[in-house]
Amino acid sequence: MIKLVNVNKSFGNLHVLKDVNLEVAEGEKLVIIGPSGSGKSTTVRCMNFLEEPTSGEVYINGTQLTHKNKTEIIRNSTAMVFQQFNLYPHKTVLQNLTLAPIKLQKVPKAEAEELAYKYLDIVGLREKAGVYPSTLSGGQQQRVAIARALCSRAKIILFDEPTSALDPETVQEVLDVMIKLSQENITMVVVTHEMGFARQVADRVIFMDDGRILEEGSPEHFFENPTHDRTKAFLSKILK
Amino acid sequence: MIQQIMEPWRWQSLLAEWPKFASAFVTTLEIAVFALALALALGVVFGLMSTSHNRLIRIIARVYVEFFQNTPLAIQVFFVFYALPYAGVALSQVTIGILCVGTYTGAYMSEAVRAGIGSIPKGQFEAAQSQGFTYIQTMMLIILPQTIKIILPPMVNQMVNLVKNTSIVTMIAGGDLMYRANAFATNGTMSYGPSYLLCGFLYFLLCFPLTTWARRYEDRLKKRDIQTAEQLEKVEEGLA
Repeated sequence: MIKLVNVNKSFGNLHVLKDVNLEVAEGEKLVIIGPSGSGKSTTVRCMNFLEEPTSGEVYINGTQLTHKNKTEIIRNSTAMVFQQFNLYPHKTVLQNLTLAPIKLQKVPKAEAEELAYKYLDIVGLREKAGVYPSTLSGGQQQRVAIARALCSRAKIILFDEPTSALDPETVQEVLDVMIKLSQENITMVVVTHEMGFARQVADRVIFMDDGRILEEGSPEHFFENPTHDRTKAFLSKILK
Repeated sequence: MIQQIMEPWRWQSLLAEWPKFASAFVTTLEIAVFALALALALGVVFGLMSTSHNRLIRIIARVYVEFFQNTPLAIQVFFVFYALPYAGVALSQVTIGILCVGTYTGAYMSEAVRAGIGSIPKGQFEAAQSQGFTYIQTMMLIILPQTIKIILPPMVNQMVNLVKNTSIVTMIAGGDLMYRANAFATNGTMSYGPSYLLCGFLYFLLCFPLTTWARRYEDRLKKRDIQTAEQLEKVEEGLA
């Protein structure tokens, strides 16, 4: 479904990703953890070419992403949920959800709206369809962003620290939606610090440090006996 | 001078010429409307070009802006009117007015557009890209609509300047409003005062509605923001 082969990424002199190899299976829930600056966000951003690797290859459903084909491939296969939500402030909630389906997937307006309401129901925000995003709390905005991702009908959803910018009391409402989502046959790649979520949802956890994948395994492996000292140190800090 | 302005016969002879003034007014209006269309088109295109990732495209936009901002409009008009015919390009005064005033104002407008685009958070571009919007779609559907609030005041300033700057074609006998006023005043009667007063009034008629509309529109946008803020407060109260 997603495959990274020897992916390297540098920003100027900063070598952020170092030979990252990773495969994500269809329907898999993959959680990426690691200290800040370890390259975990850059890794997911390489998966939809928001960052184009300096070297190496990225495959989505067997097709290699290139600068030329990325827009087309991304449009049909992946969606992303951002730390800062990135809803379109000049559009209502409903318009945020229907814009891409109408303009890109050429879905008729009525059908796109029907789909939008369906996903607003799933995230519990049907009554907010007509308001502008700036009137919503952070947690609500993120739930709308998740609904927007679902409206693309993409089989892969990438989450880049979806709860890091939220007030503590709204984190759970977003996690609940993501947990609900995890029961669907959607491939989820989630960068997060929420270990409870990882334990509950992840099929596999990856620990990144200094631009490399240092350790990977089941959530149980990580929480019960991580191999590397670096992983242990990180987890002990974050689990406290 | 006041005495001259007060003399009724001067006004009578001026009003007797009103068909000529009306047709000159239409000429000015014609130059202004087409120049405005040209300036807006150039402003958007070069504004977009100046935010491009491609260095060459950015340089082209820069050269355009610097060239037209740093040379007098009068020279541009004279060059096209007096010099270009030697290269086999002879254009009518009205066409020259449209082209020169349009390209000149377009340079300023492109700077406003560039600043507007620069003020939109990077996350908006990334959200659009992650949904699979092409560059043009991203700009037209998501970025430019958000810049309107920011670029409206400088844009309207430029529009008003454009209308007033159309009077430059007087220098090449353009048959515009200013030219007509001048012709009347110097045609034996020496009625400078009444002629220029009427002329100024007619320019005012063109510009004043524009600035008034812009101020109202800006107020309305501001009010919408206040409403948004009030709604947000209610939401926060609800949470508390």
